[in-house]
Amino acid sequence: MNTTPVLQLKGINKIFPSVHALKDVDFSLRAGEIHALLGENGAGKSTLIKVMTGVYQRDGGDILLEGNPIFPNNTGDAQDLGISTVYQEVNLLPNLTVAQNIYLGREPRRFGLINWKKVNQDAAQLLKGYDLHIDVTLPLSHYSIAVQQLIAIARGVDMSAKVLILDEPTASLDADEVQSLFRIMRDLKARGIGIVFVTHFLDQVYAVCDRITILRSAELVGEFVAANLSRTELIGHMLGKELAELGEHKAQTNENRDEALLTLQGLGRNATLSAVDLQVCKGEVVGLAGLLGSGRTELCRLIFGVDKKHTGTVTFNGKAVNFSSPRDAIDAGMGLCPEDRKHDGILGQLSIRENMILARQIKQGWWKFISRKEQEEIANQYVKELSIATSDIEKPIEQLSGGNQQKVILARWLAANPSLLILDEPTRGIDIGAHAEIIRLIRKLCDQGLALVVASSELEELVAFSSKVIVLRDRNKVAELEGNDINPQRIMQAIAAS
Amino acid sequence: MNLTKNQNLRRYLWPCAGLLVLLIINAIIAPEFFHIEFKDGRFYGSLIDVLNRAAPVALLAIGMALVIATGGVDLSVGSIMAIAGAASAYYITKGVDNLAIIIGAGLLAGLIAGVINGLLVGYMSIQPIVATLILMVAGRGIAQLMNEGQIVTFDHAGFSFLGTGDFLGLPFPVVLVIITFIIVQLLTRRTALGLYIEAVGANPSASHYMGLNAKAIKMSVYCVAGLCAALAGMIAAADIKGSDANNAGLWLELDAILAVVIGGASLMGGRFSIFLAVIGALIIQTLTVTIILSGIPPKFNLLIKASAIIIVLLMQSPRFQQQLSQLNFWSKKKESNRV
Amino acid sequence: MFNPKFIPLAVTCALFFVLFGIGAIQFDGFGSSRVFFNLLSDNAFLIIAAVGMTFVILSGGIDLSVGAVIALTGVICSVLISKYQWHPLVVFPVVLIGGTAFGAIMGAIIHYYKMQPFIVTLAGMFFARGLASVISEESIPIEHEFYNQVAEFGFMLPGDAWIGTSTIICLLVLFVAIIIAHYTRFGGRVYAVGGDANSAALMGIPLAQTTIRIYAISAFLATLAGIVYSFYTFSGYSLAAVGVELDAIAAVVIGGTLLTGGYGYMFGTLMGVLIMGVVQTYISFDGTLSSWWTKIVIGLLLFCFIALQQLLVRGKPR
Repeated sequence: MNTTPVLQLKGINKIFPSVHALKDVDFSLRAGEIHALLGENGAGKSTLIKVMTGVYQRDGGDILLEGNPIFPNNTGDAQDLGISTVYQEVNLLPNLTVAQNIYLGREPRRFGLINWKKVNQDAAQLLKGYDLHIDVTLPLSHYSIAVQQLIAIARGVDMSAKVLILDEPTASLDADEVQSLFRIMRDLKARGIGIVFVTHFLDQVYAVCDRITILRSAELVGEFVAANLSRTELIGHMLGKELAELGEHKAQTNENRDEALLTLQGLGRNATLSAVDLQVCKGEVVGLAGLLGSGRTELCRLIFGVDKKHTGTVTFNGKAVNFSSPRDAIDAGMGLCPEDRKHDGILGQLSIRENMILARQIKQGWWKFISRKEQEEIANQYVKELSIATSDIEKPIEQLSGGNQQKVILARWLAANPSLLILDEPTRGIDIGAHAEIIRLIRKLCDQGLALVVASSELEELVAFSSKVIVLRDRNKVAELEGNDINPQRIMQAIAAS
Repeated sequence: MNLTKNQNLRRYLWPCAGLLVLLIINAIIAPEFFHIEFKDGRFYGSLIDVLNRAAPVALLAIGMALVIATGGVDLSVGSIMAIAGAASAYYITKGVDNLAIIIGAGLLAGLIAGVINGLLVGYMSIQPIVATLILMVAGRGIAQLMNEGQIVTFDHAGFSFLGTGDFLGLPFPVVLVIITFIIVQLLTRRTALGLYIEAVGANPSASHYMGLNAKAIKMSVYCVAGLCAALAGMIAAADIKGSDANNAGLWLELDAILAVVIGGASLMGGRFSIFLAVIGALIIQTLTVTIILSGIPPKFNLLIKASAIIIVLLMQSPRFQQQLSQLNFWSKKKESNRV
Repeated sequence: MFNPKFIPLAVTCALFFVLFGIGAIQFDGFGSSRVFFNLLSDNAFLIIAAVGMTFVILSGGIDLSVGAVIALTGVICSVLISKYQWHPLVVFPVVLIGGTAFGAIMGAIIHYYKMQPFIVTLAGMFFARGLASVISEESIPIEHEFYNQVAEFGFMLPGDAWIGTSTIICLLVLFVAIIIAHYTRFGGRVYAVGGDANSAALMGIPLAQTTIRIYAISAFLATLAGIVYSFYTFSGYSLAAVGVELDAIAAVVIGGTLLTGGYGYMFGTLMGVLIMGVVQTYISFDGTLSSWWTKIVIGLLLFCFIALQQLLVRGKPR
């Protein structure tokens, strides 16, 4: 392997009006290596990437590309210099064709006009190199996220990339798609491209990465060779603690097992989920395991009435129910914390107080107004109870950190006094400290007699609080684990077995 | 704690300060501006005049504030004014004397228009600018159809009272604004409706997950906007004792939107204040009076209004505020250098 | 394979021919090349303005200042020609440059201060109308030999169809616009910005430059439309062309362009204007129908096309 750095950042500083987001951070990427950039949320990863790609301008330090200082002013500049980025949510244009997306802004021209024939031919040729044999004249929106991501990578690399930054590219891919992505990453590595890989999945770090750079609270912790760094050490570095708290196993015991609260029989929806049976008792946590796209989120939505069921029956609190909207489910005594907190959860510009009382208010009806004083009491109570870090309940919720936002949304449903709470990926995108707190909270709620259904992609997490784990694969329920069977290995086997 | 309180205060500070400054300017160039006289059971004076003339836009702005809070906009309110005026005129010229029927017809026309807008925006999920554009274009045609292409004039003392009467010494249009303001304020702030509207505007998807029926909420705000517009249209028709399908409420939708924006609302939806929207309407009208009082020919009216809008919009832009503070920073630096 | 993205355009074209056909069957002399080319020459200024509007709407924006810019152009032209005795050929470049700058400023404000195009161009509309009425509140006639020559210039096609200066200019504009929209990198950027401005920026599209150019083009074409408009009226009036922006928007939508941006074709806009023109011609041929039916029918057409777009967008996965 080549050891001369293709991209070198020295003593980078970035200061925002309220925070010092990067403090003297160094980073060095070699040609032909895959380099993981890790850190908790808020550690400075994304700021560092934005500095590299010209989205932000640095307030101090140097960026050297092949030894020459560079000053990218925007992503266009960075691309011209040879630094390309592919984001998790695929920032391409769904309305343009695949070929247009690949050559946007650099279409081959003849007599000053775009030569569409050549654009399409070149694009098809290029994608063949990535084992993609698709019609490049169809709009991008025609293809799956995984294909779109490969197209984005092909575009980035084709723009004579020396450095390719992959920002959480695997978050929305299934296992097979991740494997083919890795194959291509190794390919590109062999071609001498330096790849920066940002991910939350530690397995993936060890699967493909050569070296690891870890950031913690805006500072560099260190640069490590992947092979020489154990998982515990890695988590320790990220958390700044000797041992992560996550390993704690404690399955719930449940005494009131016989009291079924929710019973699903053959619940399903065409093309979304095939018949699922499930029983949730009072005071128990049922975990939903499975990969992304396995039907976890779909099941949550179906139970809550966001999507309408096509088959099966739902019995809740002893009554057969047929929800046609979330409103019905809420009235019956359910709550759902959706997976995408920013898009489906918080009301950004409204205050913490308003975010907390809204579900309860809706449940009561618009004419039974909760007085301002009562609202403040509720909000203050939950801020204390869930130890939400804020000085003021009138602050817009968008100003809170991800973990605190999640707690506010939990409080929103607790205030509505449900008997069943569905949490879809409650710890997604929040830092590990808050992560542990939310797990403790789930246990506490369960002890108080609340029933919970929790979907999660983190096995340790499921093991930590579930009394029963349902495993989903390819939109089917494939296993139901209880008691001693609830451990990461068994769940993994159930997910993987065919 | 103080920080967020300050932010809330600042929302009210800017529009109110703007109105105050305009009023002070008026008082300086025309000392009689604040002079109010009580004669024949009614107040007279420039200030009362401003209130009276601002009434139609203020009514529109109340409805528009709610619509904009849901992230929408209603371009059809001017046309609805014309339709409502035409509907009332139709019954008067048909010889109907019952005021309830005449006013009811106007309000019903506004309500129907609101329901159409609500259906298009709420239930068919059509972009609000586009959805209400349909009625903006077709609405004047419908009003002309009702008037059979004529300017219909009428004489009905009871109906004319809407535009020219007075109550407790105040012009009746002003009274109508106050009544509408109180009703809408009670409806939105003494029930949860206001919060629902803000929630739908702030994040429609999250509101759906909480069981809010965004469709119904959008429907209701467009209906309120339609009713407010109908009221404004009837005031306008009563004022001139006639229904002019071409000119009634022409471009007033734009004034109403500006009133709401001047009142500090974001066109993206979310927070709203109908009080500030009314202040915005008053600012627009006061500005017009300021131009007349200062002796600038009225033909400069639009130009000055346009400049004022641009300034208000710029003041609201975070980027501009930042540039201003930098400017401040430099001038301060220069001063300290001189010392 | 028939690409579903062509459906709105196909519907638009079919609708035009159906409407034209109905008229031709019903009335003598309707189905003639003369009527068709009159549609073009009567609506030339609208086509030009609507082409500019198409660029704006494709990029996900909107330009409400179009009608006001047309009026302002007329007023400035008439003042410079009639009062100051400038030659029209000197006046035209001057107003075109001025108009383009006006649009560029609006574009810059929209981009740099992150304001909604709708409100900025609304202010622009007030500004342009205001400026026009400050210059002159009365209608000013244009008397110049050049204008007579322009009016006479043109040639006759078989069937008594007259192709005049306005028609030539508007077809030329349309041709260039199609080239720009579909065969240049700038055109690609317009679609890109309309698809997703955020992604476009991350893909290295210069947003500032693109936005400013789009609004500059729209204002340039509105100014050109104003010049063409003055060929019809031989005058400049500050209250002329009220509501043309709405007609232009309606034409773009009926032409099959998605109002949220990113999808649509220049050619559709031509068809959109022609459909509106046919409706008007039909109503005037009929004689018993009153003019307000035009507004109502256009409103209905707008509704149908928007509903169709909605169906197509919803029909897609995701």
